[in-house]
Amino acid sequence: MSKITYDFEQPITDVEVEIALLESKAMATGTDLTSEIGKLKEKRDKVIRDVHSKLNRWQRVLLARHPDRPYTLDYIEMICDNFIELHGDRQYGDDAAMVTGMAEIDGHNMMIIGHQKGRGTRDNIKRNFGMSNPEGYRKALRVMKLGEKFKIPILSLVDTPGAFPGLGAEERGQAEAIAKNLLEMSKLKVPILVIIIGEGASGGALGIGIGDRILMMQNTWYSVISPEGCASILYRDSSKAAEAAEALKLTPDDLLEIGIIDGIITEPNGGAHRDKESAADSLKESILTNIRELQNLPSNILIENRVNKYSTMGAWIEN
Amino acid sequence: MNWFKRVQKGLRTSQKREMPDNLWIKCKGCGEILFRKELEKALHVCPKCGYHFRMGSNLYIPILADENSYREISPNLRSVDPLGFKTSKKYSDQLKEAKKRTGLQDACRIGEATINGYPVVLGAMDFGFIGGSMGSVVGEKVSRGIDIARENNCPLIIVTSSGGARMQEGILSLMQMAKTSAKLSLISEKGPLFISILTDPTTGGVTASFGMLGDIIIAEPGALVGFAGPRVIKQTIGQDLPEGFQRAEFLMEKGFVDMIVERNKMKSRISNIIRFFNND
Repeated sequence: MSKITYDFEQPITDVEVEIALLESKAMATGTDLTSEIGKLKEKRDKVIRDVHSKLNRWQRVLLARHPDRPYTLDYIEMICDNFIELHGDRQYGDDAAMVTGMAEIDGHNMMIIGHQKGRGTRDNIKRNFGMSNPEGYRKALRVMKLGEKFKIPILSLVDTPGAFPGLGAEERGQAEAIAKNLLEMSKLKVPILVIIIGEGASGGALGIGIGDRILMMQNTWYSVISPEGCASILYRDSSKAAEAAEALKLTPDDLLEIGIIDGIITEPNGGAHRDKESAADSLKESILTNIRELQNLPSNILIENRVNKYSTMGAWIEN
Repeated sequence: MNWFKRVQKGLRTSQKREMPDNLWIKCKGCGEILFRKELEKALHVCPKCGYHFRMGSNLYIPILADENSYREISPNLRSVDPLGFKTSKKYSDQLKEAKKRTGLQDACRIGEATINGYPVVLGAMDFGFIGGSMGSVVGEKVSRGIDIARENNCPLIIVTSSGGARMQEGILSLMQMAKTSAKLSLISEKGPLFISILTDPTTGGVTASFGMLGDIIIAEPGALVGFAGPRVIKQTIGQDLPEGFQRAEFLMEKGFVDMIVERNKMKSRISNIIRFFNND
């Protein structure tokens, strides 16, 4: 059972509480309640499906932010046979809000780059709540270039509430760091697979988000601005974030419909935070399928397709 | 108290004379009241303190382009409302209002021109059009500008002023950062030359894409240039920002712009740069 429950998850929690009660009763009294418990579990799964089939966009945003959701390093631990972390941008420092390294997944070597959020206050301060500074983006680029040099594909895991908007970040060129990544990733000679595993907020997400395939896990969001940011600009009131989330159309389904992403990775019933291992399994399967497909393409075709894909994005009229 | 009585009809307070309120303008830099005609002659730079007023593309393009040389590319590109974006206002209404107010189709114009005889592709943005925000049309215009610069093998010059990506077009606006940068990757190794001119204000998605990708990056004096807007940073750090933070001079000190050039010297500086790299 998850420690944190959103209001809309309450019906699920109610059944979970019933199950827990029966289980402890069975334990204490030695009565065989297997069939009752089994029925309740079926009921729970049905309730979860009901709740999740009716999620609105804001609820999807909340799920993407669930503190029990697996983060980049959690997935790395679950899906990689080997992982060696690489640190530092060789210019200024090492940004703990961005993790980079050498990974082996089922016999495939990959460079992994990904935003990293923290768990708990201390860890979150260390990880800056997953908000990278310029050195994070520069570290990511350095590691991608290393992959390019040795023909190793890139896996980018996106999970950020935004690039850090601080004094130091501005002084050290947050905009330049992101811009440079957009340009360099456009012409990187190895496959880039990008997966939104949680939050995909604006330039901070896009800064490691250019790729040949863009996938989103089911309970995630990706947008030009966070719902709160949008609400505070449009309504001067960040508490209207739920309305803003609706207007921004930021869910995986929305983005698949307009052709911005290439696919959605199904999460276990109720979301990744309810069954991390299954979520990791689906993620791994999807990574392997896509990397295998991309690896067959010669680099000039890869780059041409990539640039063409972005060149056609947009909606306008002309006459 | 006779002498307080008005003998005749008395003095009439003169009717408030209608002052055309666009005749005089107050300088935001020094507070001086400036005669508008004088200011226009000085390219909208305060003759007293050098403050560079914000300018739209209609004013900026003639400063750089040779007389009658500018041919606009794709002037009929227009925004649509791909998300049916509606909050307090409908995006489609916002577009209508912006068009009516500015007489422009969107926040960017791009065209072919010559600068002191050198053929270029020249773009300029309009902060007056929904905050100069970059949606699909701005991205497409910049993108077409890059295509033509490649075809003609001539320099690309873009004057930026923008609050960032246009949130009313959602993710499509974010993708314009990707699109313009991906297109620029095609000229990043062998040219042609790309000069970005950052004017007040340039923030967010435009800075974090083509704004910061110039081979040469020029800023106007005092221009606000950054990733996050000052208000957001202030909220984050919970204190006032230091004097001059995110201004052109600050960016130059930190190593992010090549030079700061005053508006009246911009054209000659740009043609000098073009001449230098045209060395074949």
